[in-house]
Amino acid sequence: MRIFDPHIHMTSRTTDDYEAMHAAGVRAVVEPAFWLGQPRTSPASFLDYFDSLLGWEPFRAAQYGIAHHCTLALNPKEANDPRCVPVLDELPRYLVKDQVVAVGEIGYDSMTPAEDIALATQLQLAADHALPALVHTPHRDKLAGLRRTLDVVRESALPPERVLIDHLNEPTVKEAKTSGCWLGFSVYPDTKMDEKRMVAILRAHGPERVLVNSAADWGRSDPLKTRRVGDLMLAEGFTEDDADRVLWRNPVEFYGLSGRLNLDVTVTEATHEGNSVLRGGG
Amino acid sequence: MTSSPTPEDGTRPAHTPPDELHASLDSRLAPAARTWLAEALDTAATCSGPHEPYPAWEVRLAEAGRRCGSAHADAVRVLILRAARADMAALTRVYHHGTADERRAVLHALPHLVAGPEAVPLVEDALRTNDTRLLTAAVGPYAARCLSAHTWRHAVLKCLFTAVPVDSVADLARRARGDTELARMLGDYATERAAAGRPVPEDLYRVLALTEPEPASEPEPASEPASEPARHPVADLPGKESRCASSTPTSI
Repeated sequence: MRIFDPHIHMTSRTTDDYEAMHAAGVRAVVEPAFWLGQPRTSPASFLDYFDSLLGWEPFRAAQYGIAHHCTLALNPKEANDPRCVPVLDELPRYLVKDQVVAVGEIGYDSMTPAEDIALATQLQLAADHALPALVHTPHRDKLAGLRRTLDVVRESALPPERVLIDHLNEPTVKEAKTSGCWLGFSVYPDTKMDEKRMVAILRAHGPERVLVNSAADWGRSDPLKTRRVGDLMLAEGFTEDDADRVLWRNPVEFYGLSGRLNLDVTVTEATHEGNSVLRGGG
Repeated sequence: MTSSPTPEDGTRPAHTPPDELHASLDSRLAPAARTWLAEALDTAATCSGPHEPYPAWEVRLAEAGRRCGSAHADAVRVLILRAARADMAALTRVYHHGTADERRAVLHALPHLVAGPEAVPLVEDALRTNDTRLLTAAVGPYAARCLSAHTWRHAVLKCLFTAVPVDSVADLARRARGDTELARMLGDYATERAAAGRPVPEDLYRVLALTEPEPASEPEPASEPASEPARHPVADLPGKESRCASSTPTSI
């Protein structure tokens, strides 16, 4: 089973996780820029973080034969701190980089006016740079947050087929699907979705435009949840092709909209054999 | 390197004269990529396009991978930097603003663009990382020419630590010859590995052999004079039979 985790925060994970992910079938990841737990206080710490997502993390991933891309943005939570907002002025020089496959994660946290501005500004940045956008839906007041998000997307220059709405669940999936956006689901040990509910959603709504991710980070999370979903899909009667569509082809198609997806990883192992493995599909 | 273009030239842009690099690329790039490169080089040469906040060629530098393919990106970026006649201010900016791939290309461009030691801080920055792709680029011809003896020795040792083949170290034999301090460092490292029950990298013995001084008839001063004859305890070192298989570049 080949797996593309379209939303995982590897910065917060150990190298052992990369090893386990590869053993589970993960061959590609996208790491969205996010909040690190400790609030930042200046654009400079964003820039070091962005540099890491374009330097150290792809190197670490390549050691385990995993293609690493990222999405960059000012996240919704820190969009509320005026000390951080100037990072928006630095984003254009990052959004031209080869491994940046979307603007994200953007969206709402507390649905404030500052978040309105950051979301609209960054949807425009995505349009300006021919990039799709990864849009997070808020954890609190999610359905209202989804509706407000879709309103802003409709008013933006970005067509819905270039937008992935993430962290969806049972109350939000139908309206998100009707919008024409791509549908992201995060599978967690305790919160968000779990494997069984995920498979039930796939049965009810189909695998079209659906992406499943672990969203693993520094919290209680599991980078192998994508594999668990794939295994449960097969156990519950979905075909191998269905699983491949959800766990590989859909994320390849969505992030491929950037024209920058490169799934050909040169493994930089300690032995440095430099063997290049064509991953296909991209 | 003065040989005719080979498939390897794309991965050795620091060692290949830029004109050869260009000819080699032109013969291998797809037509669309070739056209893009020609336009990018023209943009760089004429500095056309908006200059605010950065020259247009810096965007071409960033997108070289997706335009020409990652296998050719290093060479393409070196050519763009040369066409732009990038000075130290520009090289420093694009290095610090660059992805790891762009930083590697800047390192490859140094021997072609910088005559003096002013770019050493960029090499030192790369040598502080544990990214073997950057380390490999950092120990190229520019480092051979400009690094101080101390920094160069640590660069060689870091290659051994991170399993970067010492074949990547430009001018290794010339710089290692008669370097008794490097010989001491290598010997101590071998002892440390053996004390831990770990294999000693094969490359360590290759470098150690190269530290032997020239015969007296061909004096070549060591980069730092030795006060006593170099010791070359190759035969005394333990565990020389095996490769360093457990080296982990992610450890500090």
